[in-house]
Amino acid sequence: MTLSVHDLTITRGGIPVLEGLNFALTPGKALILRGPNGVGKTTLLRTVAGLQPPMVGRVDSETESIAYAAHSDGLKAMLTVTENLRFWSDIFENKDISRALKDFDLIELQDRLAGTLSAGQKRRLGLARLLVTGRPIWILDEPTVSLDVASVALFADAVRAHLAEGGSALIATHIDLGLEADVFDVGPFRASGKSPDPGGFDEEFL
Amino acid sequence: MIALLVRDLKLSFRAGGGFGLGLAFFLIVTVLVPFGVGPQSELLSRIAPGILWLGALLACLLSLDRILALDWEDGSLDLLATSPLPLEGAVSVKALAHWVTTGLPLTLASPLFALLLSLPPAGYPWLVISLLLGTPALSVIGTFGAALTVGVKRGGLLMSLLVLPLYVPTLIFGAELARRGAEGQATLTPLLMLAGISFGVIALLPFASALVLRVNLR
Repeated sequence: MTLSVHDLTITRGGIPVLEGLNFALTPGKALILRGPNGVGKTTLLRTVAGLQPPMVGRVDSETESIAYAAHSDGLKAMLTVTENLRFWSDIFENKDISRALKDFDLIELQDRLAGTLSAGQKRRLGLARLLVTGRPIWILDEPTVSLDVASVALFADAVRAHLAEGGSALIATHIDLGLEADVFDVGPFRASGKSPDPGGFDEEFL
Repeated sequence: MIALLVRDLKLSFRAGGGFGLGLAFFLIVTVLVPFGVGPQSELLSRIAPGILWLGALLACLLSLDRILALDWEDGSLDLLATSPLPLEGAVSVKALAHWVTTGLPLTLASPLFALLLSLPPAGYPWLVISLLLGTPALSVIGTFGAALTVGVKRGGLLMSLLVLPLYVPTLIFGAELARRGAEGQATLTPLLMLAGISFGVIALLPFASALVLRVNLR
């Protein structure tokens, strides 16, 4: 279940943002991505998750081993907390949602509509989805946005438990989660060259 | 896949889900047409199949942008794309959910609305058959249109323009089938053409929809 990235160049809006990336993620390890806003962390995570193809290089991972959590949580406001989680557990063919509810302190909220939750509670629900996917490699984009200190601790515990079970996590974050994890700064890998096909379209501004 | 279907149906029946919008639009069209063309029941019964089909088609069009846009906005489309569910299956299920909430109620309610337009009695079974065969094609083609425009803010206009020409064959043969049925003529040719269009798009278009969706998710 090792995820490895070889000589990767990624693009956003047709323009290379990061190039020459090499790293590997082994079971039981977490890797923290750091870098200033706009450097391409989200693009990198989306590429690794398989949502967009790399321009150069390749991402090696076993198929169906990645659980991706983006900025938005993919919650339906008119479904309850349980219904939201149950939906994803059915999609991932994983029957047990009780652990996810417990680990993210959602038991008291389980019959509330997701639309009535606060931003932090929504985020916790979005992260609880990771547990019902049953997938070993977590790819997390700013997972702690709008979480309070206690919730960040809950999240860090969940990640630690996941690592202890042989999972791994690739996390883009600006705060210190208190995890024993390697830090990978993507800043030095900023693409130097211009777009291979400059001009013509307003993708320059994207 | 069943989970996705159940979720989509649940969402459309809950508040703000938009179930009934198409039906209400269909009702408005069929109620207003007699006011517009005047109370000549002969004329009405002649144009009834065409009006009913047009109403059904526009009612379908009205709810197309909900098929994928909502899932795109809240991020669940990204998550679905990284889930074990093949995207081809996901778009098929979404088209099915759209049909169950739009095409099926329209088909079931159409005899009632046909009464308002004084459709000849012989036309009723053919109207229902033509809608039952034709509306799935409208949903599947519409899902393709929705997939093409999923990232576009307020893409409703663009989607309508893209989808309308694709709807023309279904409309022609669907309305023709209902008209011929109402006038007691041979119905086999339009029936086969309509069935061919429906089954053809159901078999092929989900692959195209999934492909353009993958491109749009980049």
